[in-house]
Amino acid sequence: MATVELRFSALPEHVRTARLVAAAVARRAGVDEAVLDEVRLAVGEACTRAVGLHQLGGISAPVKVLLIEEEKQFSIEVGDEAPHAVPGDRAGAGDPDTEAEEDEMGLAVISGLVDDVEVSAGEHGGSIKMTWPTTPPPTILV
Amino acid sequence: MDLSLSTETMGDRTIVRVGGEIDVYTAPKLREQLVELVNDGSFHLVVDMEGVDFLDSTGLGVLVGGLKRVRAHEGSLRLVCNQERILKIFRITGLTKVFPIHTSVEEAVAATD
Repeated sequence: MATVELRFSALPEHVRTARLVAAAVARRAGVDEAVLDEVRLAVGEACTRAVGLHQLGGISAPVKVLLIEEEKQFSIEVGDEAPHAVPGDRAGAGDPDTEAEEDEMGLAVISGLVDDVEVSAGEHGGSIKMTWPTTPPPTILV
Repeated sequence: MDLSLSTETMGDRTIVRVGGEIDVYTAPKLREQLVELVNDGSFHLVVDMEGVDFLDSTGLGVLVGGLKRVRAHEGSLRLVCNQERILKIFRITGLTKVFPIHTSVEEAVAATD
């Protein structure tokens, strides 16, 4: 279940807020300190991509970030509501190479940083789910 | 933390000192700065990233755009960076092969190739 859920208007200035919140929740969840920089960068990339998709598609709905704390793992799911062309459908947004390039660069960074990534996309929106292992809190000695 | 930018000329090189966070919100300011420099005839740029706390793919895109612009004028764009967390992003994206990355401004200014 999601421990923290964040929704923000698809504006570039809010991406930093999402990074800060995600890093704070990840730290609390027990994600290793050494990995927090990666969490911050990866969630920023995913949110940047979602903001871009919403702006490109003129979508007023907010971008949604789910920060999910589970046993031994922590996941972040960034969801957008932009209709994605389904594989094989080339008639989609048909737009400029630059948009596609930036989109790919963001995904390249995410896949380079995070071992466990699931990217899904459909006609009602897409999501990027990233998962990191957590270390259990130190046992309290009695 | 916002983005800070300052420029300084050393011979035919222009040093662009960048501080703070380069992301989807602040990257356009860096883009404007680089475009302005090239439009004003500065084609040999050294971007000092030592004060950068955060860099994402939007920032990388701006740097690549800057490189394309200076190259159109037979210029150069060199980076100064010693921070492992920033260098890692260049490595993951393969951009260490695209940008000359130096350990100091002095080294970047002295570099000719």
